[in-house]
Amino acid sequence: MNENVLAKLKILAESAKYDVSCSSSGTVRRNQAGTLGNTVGGIGICHSFAEDGRCISLLKVMLTNVCIYDCAYCINRRSNDIPRATLSVSELVDLTIEFYRRNYIEGLFLSSGVVRNPDYTMERLVRVAKDLRTIHKFNGYIHLKSIPGASRELVNEAGLYADRMSVNIEIPKEENLKLLAPEKDHQSVYQPMRYIQQGVLTNKEDRKKFRHAPRFVPAGQSTQMIVGATSESDKDILFLSNALYQHPTMRRVYYSGYVAVNTYDKRLPALKQPPLVRENRLYQADWLLRFYQFKVDEIVDDAYPNLDLEIDPKLSWALRHPEHFPVDINKADYEMILRVPGIGVKSARLIVASRRFSKLGFYELKKIGVVMKKAQYFITCSELPIRTVNELTPLGVRRLLLPSPQKRKTDERQLVLNFEETP
Amino acid sequence: MTIFIYDHTFDGLLTCLFDAYNRKIFPDLILKEREPLPLFYDEVIHITTSEEKYNRVWKGLQKKLSASALSNLTYGWLSELPDIDQLLFRYMRKTFDAPVSIETNFGDPDVLELSKIWKKVNNERHRLLQFVRFQKASDGTFFAPVEPLYNVLPLTIRHFRDRFADQPWLIYDIKRKYGFYYDLKSVKEVTFEDESQAHLITGILQDNQIAKDEKLFQDLWKTYFKAICIKERLNPRKHKQDMPVRYWKLLTEKQI
Repeated sequence: MNENVLAKLKILAESAKYDVSCSSSGTVRRNQAGTLGNTVGGIGICHSFAEDGRCISLLKVMLTNVCIYDCAYCINRRSNDIPRATLSVSELVDLTIEFYRRNYIEGLFLSSGVVRNPDYTMERLVRVAKDLRTIHKFNGYIHLKSIPGASRELVNEAGLYADRMSVNIEIPKEENLKLLAPEKDHQSVYQPMRYIQQGVLTNKEDRKKFRHAPRFVPAGQSTQMIVGATSESDKDILFLSNALYQHPTMRRVYYSGYVAVNTYDKRLPALKQPPLVRENRLYQADWLLRFYQFKVDEIVDDAYPNLDLEIDPKLSWALRHPEHFPVDINKADYEMILRVPGIGVKSARLIVASRRFSKLGFYELKKIGVVMKKAQYFITCSELPIRTVNELTPLGVRRLLLPSPQKRKTDERQLVLNFEETP
Repeated sequence: MTIFIYDHTFDGLLTCLFDAYNRKIFPDLILKEREPLPLFYDEVIHITTSEEKYNRVWKGLQKKLSASALSNLTYGWLSELPDIDQLLFRYMRKTFDAPVSIETNFGDPDVLELSKIWKKVNNERHRLLQFVRFQKASDGTFFAPVEPLYNVLPLTIRHFRDRFADQPWLIYDIKRKYGFYYDLKSVKEVTFEDESQAHLITGILQDNQIAKDEKLFQDLWKTYFKAICIKERLNPRKHKQDMPVRYWKLLTEKQI
């Protein structure tokens, strides 16, 4: 370990940072006596937060940023003029262990550019994970990227050491992928996903028979899509996410607002700012799918192919369907309470639990943590009804809930001289 | 006005409860030793902490409350808030007086207040798990200074004992002047005779105290921290929200 590594780490972290996946959740692994590390499961631990507000939980780094492919949306594309570096397996293992010992990180997130061929690259990724687990007895979290096109044997071996694996779809529609990355196709992405899934399901069966059979990718798999680099609508993206969530091992789909890493290519839009609001709305819609029992065609359909950027998708659904409201907080079932804008999963559960003791009113709801500013137009409770979405009309409620344009604060004690510009 | 004076330990507080029921006198105010008395009062009772008494009270509480409610009590105590002893006393008294457990009765202001305090203390505990940063000393011990808002260090020891089982470490609370030391076998609570050593005040090991490659790994981590940030997405508000400024002075990546 020496100063050389410093320069390499800088290059490789910068190459890896556009992958947004960060979570270290999904596995509980206790420490085995005399070894290093554990995995806490539950909500995981974020050890630091970068200045862009994203959490740093795992050491997110690439083994190498040399790549044989030329995908236009990727910073590591062959034709891009950036410094290239490669970490040796032992350097990376040392780095992970030493960072972990200082409580900087929760584990390793390892990705790589493709060198020579997918199998060669995958083999080296597996080597790192294997060394960490078997030689250094490392019990921390390991997230491995599966290289598209890698063979089944290698994916199966990687699964024994990794907690989570992922393959990125990147571009939701195949024709757009073909346009930006002519050497790739969706088949090469779905194939490793299928390997992982089959591995997990076989392992599940095995563990029923042999309790101590080693676990295979216990935290499931995740994937990522780039938003705003190509012409897909939110409908295309969310329908694909929904289809992916139907698979038993798919835990998370991440959305990454496209950061202009390729400014000279005419196939890509020239964005000044990544589409952060759109990305946020997509995550909100994703949450509706996973925790709020929404169906994907309720969030987006042919009439509304894109999410509303001004209001969140749940409020947007409620305003399109005023016939479901107002909801009686003291009588309605859990599923319906969950659909009220301003009520989240926690509040909905508390409401259902506490309304058994006494009727709930505005005051109690506020104490429970309901956002009454939004919810008031969609509910009735033990108090006299106030004007709901049906009286105020959806358009009126929308106007009330939109953030008012910010007025510039002026100091009233300050004399203002208005010098009219004379023509 | 009746005043109880106790030695400001949790056991002492439990003894207060025992004596109150025993004497059938309930205090209007509970004070620590050497705390100034209010201007007007009727009676001052000094409570002597006794193992027999506090054990009986704790056993009684165990019968009345669930394990999570009991941990609420200890979390509340570790918050070290100025009036926490009065609140805990009222809470425990209500527990003994009520026929069923009061722990889920959030209509009661004391129960609600204690649950809110629990949440704050628990958040601080989680922050400690996130933001502890070890420095490797020349003798191989990993040293981490902390300065939590509430006295949450004891609550995190189990986690660190499990995670860093194969390295000796010392986590030291520079505000409360005590720490925990793990010697590869067991964890001991430690204090230092000479509390004015520089690293016990600033939390940063001197150059002659750190291990050979420690500087390099700190530099590596700082480099990584800078490199991982996407400049186009800068969001200082979120950054400060998730990693409040009061932790920065002890965070390796935030030091120059």
